[in-house]
Amino acid sequence: MVEHAPVLLMVVPLLAAVFCALLGLRWKALCLPLTIIGFIAALYFSVITFLQVSASSDHQVIYFLGGWNASEFPRGVGIEYRVDLLNGMLLIVIAAVALLAAIFSKQFVSMETPGKEPQYYALFLLLAVGLMGMTITADAFNLYVLLEVSSLTSYALIAMGSRRASVAAFQYLIMGTIGASFYLLGVGYLYIKTGSLNMQGIHDILIGEGLLESPAVYVAFLLIFVGVWIKLAFFPLSTWLPNAYSRAPTATGCIIAPLMTKVSVYIMLRIMLTVFGPEYVYDELSWSGPMVWIAVVAIIAGSILALGQKDLRRMLSYLIIAEVGYMVGGAWLLAPGGMARGESLYSTATGLVGTGYHIISDAAMTLCLFLAVGAMIVKAGSSRIEDMKGLFRKCPVTMACFVVGALAMIGVPPTCGFFSKWYLISGAFEAGRWEFAAALIISSLVNAVLFFRIIEFAYFGKLPEVDDAHGHHQRHDEGGMEENPPSMLVPLVLASVALIAIGLFNKEIAGYLSQFLNTVAMGGQG
Amino acid sequence: MKKLAGIVVFTVGLILLYGVSSLDDFPSWGTPDSPANKSPLSQYFIKNTIVDTEVPNMVTAVLADYRGYDTMFETVVIFVAGLGIFAVVRVFEHGGASRVVTADTKPDIIITNTCRLLIPLIQLFALYVLAHGHSSPGGGFQGGVIMGASFILVALAWDLDIALKRFSEKQAFICSGIGILIYAGFGLASVFLGEEFLNYGIIHKILPGVDSPEMARYYAMLGVEIGVMFTVTSIMFLIYGLLATRGKMTAGL
Amino acid sequence: MMIGLWGMISKNNLIKKLIGMSIFQTAIILFYVSVAVKSETANIPILPHHGHDYSPKIALAHAVSDDHENGGHDDHAGHQAHPVGPKIPDPDGYANPLPHVLMLTAIVVGVATLGLALAITQKIYREYGTLEEDQLLEKVRADDHG
Repeated sequence: MVEHAPVLLMVVPLLAAVFCALLGLRWKALCLPLTIIGFIAALYFSVITFLQVSASSDHQVIYFLGGWNASEFPRGVGIEYRVDLLNGMLLIVIAAVALLAAIFSKQFVSMETPGKEPQYYALFLLLAVGLMGMTITADAFNLYVLLEVSSLTSYALIAMGSRRASVAAFQYLIMGTIGASFYLLGVGYLYIKTGSLNMQGIHDILIGEGLLESPAVYVAFLLIFVGVWIKLAFFPLSTWLPNAYSRAPTATGCIIAPLMTKVSVYIMLRIMLTVFGPEYVYDELSWSGPMVWIAVVAIIAGSILALGQKDLRRMLSYLIIAEVGYMVGGAWLLAPGGMARGESLYSTATGLVGTGYHIISDAAMTLCLFLAVGAMIVKAGSSRIEDMKGLFRKCPVTMACFVVGALAMIGVPPTCGFFSKWYLISGAFEAGRWEFAAALIISSLVNAVLFFRIIEFAYFGKLPEVDDAHGHHQRHDEGGMEENPPSMLVPLVLASVALIAIGLFNKEIAGYLSQFLNTVAMGGQG
Repeated sequence: MKKLAGIVVFTVGLILLYGVSSLDDFPSWGTPDSPANKSPLSQYFIKNTIVDTEVPNMVTAVLADYRGYDTMFETVVIFVAGLGIFAVVRVFEHGGASRVVTADTKPDIIITNTCRLLIPLIQLFALYVLAHGHSSPGGGFQGGVIMGASFILVALAWDLDIALKRFSEKQAFICSGIGILIYAGFGLASVFLGEEFLNYGIIHKILPGVDSPEMARYYAMLGVEIGVMFTVTSIMFLIYGLLATRGKMTAGL
Repeated sequence: MMIGLWGMISKNNLIKKLIGMSIFQTAIILFYVSVAVKSETANIPILPHHGHDYSPKIALAHAVSDDHENGGHDDHAGHQAHPVGPKIPDPDGYANPLPHVLMLTAIVVGVATLGLALAITQKIYREYGTLEEDQLLEKVRADDHG
């Protein structure tokens, strides 16, 4: 059974989702346990897959669905799953984040979307299935289908919330559909020129027939990238993100915010490296210069806009835009002199290691912060920063986790945020792009200002006066501790621990990433 | 806003035209020699579909067998749409006012009797389209939509409540879930027999009366299309019910 | 395609945006299907006569029954030469099936997106009472400050 792990990590949560939607009609209490079982299975299989990948000789595991493998049939007759070091790690991250968000959601789902728990959890599971599928597939059209699965589930999950959430969901839907359609159109252009849909197949044909100079391929590249940039909220295509993430129901925000944009960054990397190949991306197009500048603008704009926000979740959403700027800029950094054929990608584009590492660490950071903020909003009763007064006394564990998340965003060792900034800045120095390093440092400073402001409110502010006329908030003694229930605390603590763990293990993770980059430069045959 | 839209559209249009423009680069309309058509992939499909699967309709074979995994997720997309629309728009009302049946709202006798004759024929045609999808255009999705349309016709001609009596909301959900379970079940059967997911060829060991991997593929494709039809029918009807009544699921058009 | 894109961005009414989206997706589908065309004479990608001429299984069955007819003996003099195995379909005579398959999936995805978008629009209408984007944005801003 273990050799089928790449597929089972998708199929088991899918079955869990269907059972949740069906059985939940009758027995509502089964939904959350089914969801958690589904995610535990996904986590288990993704860990097994990753172990298989690191144990195999060329560091990848290939699985052909339907048995149409590449030795007996032309490549691309069936759909291929290809797991290598980069997406192996990402699969584990997706499953883990989804599991923690599911555990966290227990309180919120019955509060915010009453009566629809079976559908909510089924959509939740299917969102994770879509994300994992996007990560693991090696077929360009399968990617589109799974992109739409995860997009549709996220639109529905966001629209289930308050009335402002519906408007945000509509804007997100329009932008997201434009993005996905551009991607589809780009794949169509590529298909016309190459005749294949398999990522490795497209790469081989592009190189083998020397198609890289053709305008159609250039347009295809442009279309695919604009589509992916819309999905990952690259400034200025990011107008949908603050509304969608800040107005979504709490538990939804906790799973969508860490994952959707990061998986889209992964897709960008995959297309850059596997489909088009590093030679094309870095040599033929000389986009590296302008791209890094746009990334710098994204980082600065995201940070400055975050400063002006009064709502906690909106502030975090603008910070996500800045983080996306880090990742996109890091991916396009290139050491001067271009790439000599045969040279390892790792030596010329160290920013890519930073980007890969940052995908993982940003997912963890965003999860931790969104979980903490969700818990804080419940306690404080509102999501505005001024209302966070005195929370340190009321729920110290929650606030401690928030502080860890804040330190990670600022970039304090030993959290993972420090190491990802380290890799990105050293990549920037190697490439001679001082502006990118400067933007990173400015953004860290702005983050520091933002988070210390919140921490100051929460630590030093007085508790709000209890209004007995409401009768909702019963406090037994004034200023007493009212910690959040374990279902909220456990994922939160685990997330903060993960931040430190990812930081401490950065050498291993960076090692995996550089191994991956080495295989890419050498043609990535498989 | 209109200016911005104009600029965006103009730019995108220019880019697309640039891509298509250069004559020796972009294959012209309808040549058998374009890379897509000459590629080993499509040549393989045309030549070998009948050899591998005994199914004459190449589109169905590619859809349900070679790229069957995509089709499974397409079915999941439909399921997600149904779930999502239910989750977004459904309101549960307790004890609405009973509808007064006046002369306008009473179902018209001509329409109801015509539909009484037509609906069984439509459903039979839907089943035909499903089953004959192997040799003529058709298949699970097409058959499912036609079958769903027959239920919607009941709701239009009479009343949504009467249609719901025949095929209630809960039954629709269960039906759609069963569809996906059938599809995944075929895939898992392959896994349990040792081959990859959705490799139907190996199922010939457990299907009665099937002797070769090719025929196993043939029948498994049919089974999978049946699963797709279940899901599509029920979700089509569900979407109609939810959207037409703005979530209340009573008192149709 | 461009009309659809224009509609999605610039129109104020939400339903008009959705119509633009639908036009946009349909245009992409047509684009793909146009790739599959081979020539004026190429047929649809379905083998004629239920594929009887091409199917290996039926060819095998014919071969077996032919042998039985001839009593199994080897004399080549008296019997008609029967085809050696099944015919191979000529790739140029049939349209390319792959884009058709991809577009089946894309159509379904487009329908699902449109359905979900309409549901969200209904919810917006129920909550806010208007479908014009500028009025909606004002109301939402009022919500935020309230």
